[in-house]
Amino acid sequence: MSHSRDDADALLADTVRREASSVVAFLYRLTGDFDVAEEAVQEALVSALHSWRRDGLPDVPGAWLTTAAKHRAVDLLRRRARQRRLEGGLDAPLDSALDGPLDGPSWSDGLPGPADADDRVPMLFGCCHPALAVEARLALTLRAVVGLTTARIAAAFLVPEPTVAQRIVRAKRKIGSAGIPLAIPGPEELPARLDDVLTVVCLAYTAAFLDPSAAGQGGLAADAVWLAELVCATLPGEPEAWGLLGLLTLQQARARARFEADGSLVLLPDQDRSRWDHRAIASAERYLERAAVWRRPGRFQLHAAIAACHASAPTWAETDWLQILTLYDVLVRYDGSPVIRLNRAVALAEYAGPERALHEVDALADRLSGYHLLHATRAELLRRLGRTDEATAADREALRLATEPVDRDILSARLAAAQERSAADA
Amino acid sequence: MKYVLMYTSRPDLDEAVPAERQAEVYQQIFGWFEKYGATFVDSGAELQGAHTATTVKAPADGGGPVVVDGPFTEAKEMIGGFSIVDVPDLDAALAMAREWPALVFPGVAVEIRPIVDHGEM
Repeated sequence: MSHSRDDADALLADTVRREASSVVAFLYRLTGDFDVAEEAVQEALVSALHSWRRDGLPDVPGAWLTTAAKHRAVDLLRRRARQRRLEGGLDAPLDSALDGPLDGPSWSDGLPGPADADDRVPMLFGCCHPALAVEARLALTLRAVVGLTTARIAAAFLVPEPTVAQRIVRAKRKIGSAGIPLAIPGPEELPARLDDVLTVVCLAYTAAFLDPSAAGQGGLAADAVWLAELVCATLPGEPEAWGLLGLLTLQQARARARFEADGSLVLLPDQDRSRWDHRAIASAERYLERAAVWRRPGRFQLHAAIAACHASAPTWAETDWLQILTLYDVLVRYDGSPVIRLNRAVALAEYAGPERALHEVDALADRLSGYHLLHATRAELLRRLGRTDEATAADREALRLATEPVDRDILSARLAAAQERSAADA
Repeated sequence: MKYVLMYTSRPDLDEAVPAERQAEVYQQIFGWFEKYGATFVDSGAELQGAHTATTVKAPADGGGPVVVDGPFTEAKEMIGGFSIVDVPDLDAALAMAREWPALVFPGVAVEIRPIVDHGEM
């Protein structure tokens, strides 16, 4: 059996997405030690990639991974037991964990999986617990539930690898020592806690949104969609979960049109809408219909409804701006952040003209002075009003503040075009 | 799991609360302790004000411990009391703490800290 390195890597990515969190949850249940469970699966993933590249793919990769992780967990527990013996402690609880069902059922016979699919969502709630800092929730979710490596997480969020590693270690330690349950909370806490979970999933997607590489679009973005699907499958009665899945599906549907072949960004007004994935758009619309049944609107459903308006418009000019504006007016009741108001102003410009929109944008200038898109939006409105010098100054400020390469390219191109026009006029 | 709940407040802000209102919330606190009676390993203690505190500190350089008038910290927040609870997990402790009646006053907070279990070490 001979397989290329790409095959092994693709299968590993797929297996990780489907199996890793189940295996972590399974080992956690057996050992009662989240740290050991998570560490064991990470080690198993590393050895999986190594040996699959060498020997080809196993018949049942999930079972292979489970067996490998189980061995690692036993090793880790033995190592700790030995350490505790050396320190003069008791190791009876560890022995019982070792002798317990770890050596019981064998997964190598191709059973579907070691743990119920439902185990992953309780773990997701634990990783996104409000007792953890938001950055830690994100890093831990991506490692423990999605199965990404620390290096990959660090690259996605432009954070040094040791920083991410430390966040994960601290978060895992706190889950153990503070008694954070890996469980779906009861009905009273569920709405707020679900919002925390969905926020982390959305942040994971956002990190991939402007990354034109395969790692961004095929990897992290797809992982975030997968997480949203998982939440919907486990909590099908939660409209905000469907709202987020709808939103991410709509964003993914436009992914192909969002970048040129050279990786440069294409903004929504300029996208070739025939390149959108219209089947994905139809799926997203079904998710949103499903969400709407409960008549419990929320910010993710509203964001998704706005994205759906864009998705169903044949062109930017023919977009239903009144509808979008109305949706923004409802959305600001759930999320009054200045960024939402800025987005609303863009819709207002299309509906009521640049002058009124500029008035709104200027009112936000104090709170968003460090945000490149405030200045880029101002520049666009000023240009439409014929105030070209002010527009150029605003674009320059936007370029000064922008950090994403794709954003910087667009702003540089705008400034170059403005310079050409003024040279032609002179 | 066992946790200590530390009930803290800002004495400077407490002064602004009318005595009548304070008495009212005090009654609710009795009710709260009754409601969660079964979870307490030790219902703990309510402490006298920070102005009654005396602190023994490690010396800055050499010599023996130093006795100082006042609390150990110069923070505005003060621990006004504590209890020890035994509940299944952090969420159960959080649910209790969220209902702490004094949280209607500005500056009030409840800190939850797990207790080191020497039996497991």
